[in-house]
Amino acid sequence: MKPIACHTDLPVLLPPGPALTVARGESGFGDPRRIFTPAVAIGLFAAFVISVLVNEAAAAPAAPGILAALWKWAPLIFQGFLFNLLVSVLSMAIGTVAGTALGLAQISLLPSVRGASWLTTQFFRNAPWLVLLFYCMLLLPFEIKIAGLTIPLPAWFKSVIGLSLPVMANVSEVVRGGVRSIPLAQWESAETLAFTRRQTLWMIILPQCLKRMMPPWMNLYAILTMATPLISIVGVQDSMTLTRAALSAEGRSELLVPMYLMLLGWFFLYCYPIARCTVALERRFTVKN
Amino acid sequence: MAWTPDQPIIRIADVHKSFGPIEVLKGVTFDVRKGEVICVIGPSGSGKSTLLRCVNALVPIERGSILVEGQEVNDPKLDKLALRRKVGMVFQQYNLFPHKTALQNVMMAPIHVLKQDRNEVEARAIALLRKVRLAEKAAAYPGELSGGQQQRVAIARSLAMNPDVMLFDEVTAALDPETVKEVLVAIRELAAEGMTCMIVTHEMGFARELAHHIYFTDRGVIVEHGPPTDFFACPRDPRTKEFLSQIL
Ligand SMILES: Nc1ncnc2c1ncn2[C@@H]1O[C@H](COP(=O)(O)OP(=O)(O)OP(=O)(O)O)[C@@H](O)[C@H]1O
Ligand SMILES: [Mg+2]
Repeated sequence: MKPIACHTDLPVLLPPGPALTVARGESGFGDPRRIFTPAVAIGLFAAFVISVLVNEAAAAPAAPGILAALWKWAPLIFQGFLFNLLVSVLSMAIGTVAGTALGLAQISLLPSVRGASWLTTQFFRNAPWLVLLFYCMLLLPFEIKIAGLTIPLPAWFKSVIGLSLPVMANVSEVVRGGVRSIPLAQWESAETLAFTRRQTLWMIILPQCLKRMMPPWMNLYAILTMATPLISIVGVQDSMTLTRAALSAEGRSELLVPMYLMLLGWFFLYCYPIARCTVALERRFTVKN
Repeated sequence: MAWTPDQPIIRIADVHKSFGPIEVLKGVTFDVRKGEVICVIGPSGSGKSTLLRCVNALVPIERGSILVEGQEVNDPKLDKLALRRKVGMVFQQYNLFPHKTALQNVMMAPIHVLKQDRNEVEARAIALLRKVRLAEKAAAYPGELSGGQQQRVAIARSLAMNPDVMLFDEVTAALDPETVKEVLVAIRELAAEGMTCMIVTHEMGFARELAHHIYFTDRGVIVEHGPPTDFFACPRDPRTKEFLSQIL
C-alpha cells in the first residue's frame, strides 16, 4: 500500500493525540463546531426577540401582530424545513455509501484504480457545491430507463444526487485517512496470520478506524444540512422557497427579518446538538490516546 | 521430492535482500532442523528482523532460496496461506488487534482463515491462554493488559494456527524487566515441547540456556555460528568478540 501524499485539513487525517486538538483549534471559517457555540445560541435568540419587538413597533397598528403572522406560516415553512432534512439524510446516505467505495478504491493495490479514485475525490472535493448542483440538474435526464422500466428522476432527487457528490468526495477522504491512521504493523500481523487483504480490511482495520471517522463524518453532515437551502436556487421547493413565498404573500417588509430568523433558528436547533456531539466525541478520542 | 521430517524444516540458501540501494542480506545460508531452537544475535541493523520476515514471505527476496518443509518461499506462485499455516510469528510490539478481547484475538484466525468450528476453536483458545497463564484475562482488551501479558496473548494467537515453526523477533525488547521473564518462560515451555523456534534476541542468558545453535549476524552475513557453549566460551571472529564484550 503506497501512501499518497496530499494536503488535507480533515482531523482524521492528522496524527492522533495532541495534533487533533491543534487541528480543532485551527479549523477555521465555516466549521460548524466553531459556529455553534452557546454564545451564538443566545445571540440568535436575542436577535429574534429584538427583531420581533422592533418590527412590531414599526408595524401599522391595524395589521395583525408579527408573532401571529409567523404562527400562521410556521407549519408550512416547517414542512419545507423537514424536506430539507430529508434531502440532507438522503444525500448523506448516498454520499456515504459511494464515498466509502471511493475511499477504499483510493487504497487499492492497483495503481490505476488508486489514481482514478484519487482524481475523482480531489475533483469533487474542490468543486463548489452550487456548481455541482447546477450540473446535476442540467445533465441528469428527467427519467432513466433500465430494462424496459422507466424510473422518473424528479428535480428534487437530482438535487439530492448533486449534494451527495461533494459528500462522497469528503467521505472518501475520511475513509482513506482513517485507514491510513492505523499502524502498518496491524496489517502485518494480520498477514502473518494468513488473513487475506479483504478480511484484514473489513475485520481488523475498518472496525478500528470507525471511531476516528465518526467526528469528521458528523461534522460533514452538519455542513451538508446547512448547505441544503442551496437547492432552492436550482428551483427545488424547500424551506427557503416557502419562506420567500410566505413573505411575498404577506407583502410586509417588517416580517422579513423575523421570518428568516425563525428558519435560521430551526437549522440551528438541529445542527447545534450534532456539533456539540462531534466536539464531545473528538475530546473523548483525544483523551483516550 | 516430498519433504520428510528428517530433512531440515527450514533451508535458507544464499539469500539476498536489498531495500533500494541498501543491501541488507548478502548471502545468508543455514538450516534449521525439526524441534531445533536457534537464536540469531547481532548488532542493530544487521538484518535479523529482515531474515525472519523473509522466512514467512512478509518481504520478498531477490536471490537465493528459502524452503519451509520443502515449500519454496521465493516463488511468484507461492501459496501464502499454506506457508503461514506452517510458520507463526511474534513481533516486538505484540500487534494485538486492539478492538478484540484476548480470547477473540486468539480465535479470529482459526475461525476466519482456517474456517474451523467455533466451539472447537474456543476450547482450544482457552487452553492456549491457560498455557500462557492468562486464562483469567480472556475477556480483557489489549489496552487493559501489561506488555508482558499482551505478548503472551500474541504467542497464544500465533499458536492457535498450529504452526510447525515459530519465529520470535525480539519479543522481550519492548518489555519491562519484570515482565520479560514471564514471556521467556512461555517460550521455554514451547521449546521444551519440541516446537521449532527461530529466535532473534538480545537476551544472551536466554540464548545460552535455550538455543541448540547460535548464529551471529553482522551487516547481512552470518559471521559465526555454533552451539552456545562454544559460541560464548571461545568466539573466533573479532566482530563476534567485540559484540559479546559490549553486551555481556
Ligand atoms: N521496509 C524497509 N524499507 C527500507 N529499509 C529497511 C526496511 N526494513 C529494514 N530496512 C533496513 O534494513 C536494515 C536491517 O534492518 P533489520 O530490521 O533487519 O535489522 P535488525 O538486525 O533487526 O536490527 P534491530 O536489532 O535494530 O532490530 C536496516 O538498515 C533498516 O534500515
Ligand atoms: Mg529487528
